Amino acid sequence: MQRFAVGDAVRTRAARPEGHTRLPRYLERRVGHVEAVYGAFPLADERAEGAASEPQALYCVVFDGAEVWGTSAASLPMTISADLWDSYLDPEQA
Amino acid sequence: MSHDHDHDHDAHHDHDHSHDTHGGTATMASRLAALVSQLEAKGVVTEAQIDQGVEAFLAHAQPANGAALVARAWTDPAFAARLAADANAALDELGSDMTHWVKVKLRAVTNTEAVHNVIVCTLCSCYPVSLLGPSPSWYKSLAYRARVVREPRAVLAEFGVELAPDVQVRVWDSTAELRYVVVPRRPAGTDGMSERELAALVSRDALIGTAIC
Repeated sequence: MQRFAVGDAVRTRAARPEGHTRLPRYLERRVGHVEAVYGAFPLADERAEGAASEPQALYCVVFDGAEVWGTSAASLPMTISADLWDSYLDPEQA
Repeated sequence: MSHDHDHDHDAHHDHDHSHDTHGGTATMASRLAALVSQLEAKGVVTEAQIDQGVEAFLAHAQPANGAALVARAWTDPAFAARLAADANAALDELGSDMTHWVKVKLRAVTNTEAVHNVIVCTLCSCYPVSLLGPSPSWYKSLAYRARVVREPRAVLAEFGVELAPDVQVRVWDSTAELRYVVVPRRPAGTDGMSERELAALVSRDALIGTAIC
């Protein structure tokens, strides 16, 4: 499953409230853009539970610091890049 | 088996869970001991084999590996370009030591006049052990992991890295299968140096992004 391409705007979903996930809570419901597509990897959330996992696309998603922390952050300009699986993401209107 | 073993072995080290968010080291140590004793009881592996594997891996996992990578990139622009495009392929070019290394996907991120990169694993402590050796304790600390994504300039300043206000900080959170390494900028006044001399200038922290070089 690869729904996104380099340059696409994406919004992260809510992190799973229970169980294992590799979507950091501080990056949930944030808009970023796909900077790279790394290929297909088993989903960590499923693998951690011993479940069979159909590999899905893993993306490098870049978030602007202001999007993550608000515009007042003294650390700007900054970006945060995270490696996120396809099912962590929804399309966002660019 | 040997490849799978190597992979799992490295995955363990590159993705070390013996840190402060998973119930303390005593709990983790007792879990590990229970696991090892079960593996021994079932004839899967002996403790001596595990020790040998760890020693063999750590003998090759040193910051000198990352430094050699950087020195080659500094002296060979074509290599630097290949490193940026496909770090694993570039690593393979560096020679026989690489054959011991495990095939985790690696990405090298290069500092420039306008961009400073720094790596972290906010969720646990993912780290390119093969290239940098065992990670420093601060890398695994809650303080570093929480703060470097929120106020990287302040954290970097505490490490002695003062960045101009217009320099873009890029924080790389190792949330999945990739490991990151920073390629620092080549220091001024090093034009006449050999690749070996240059490699000696590169610190472990520079490869993480918490030092200039």
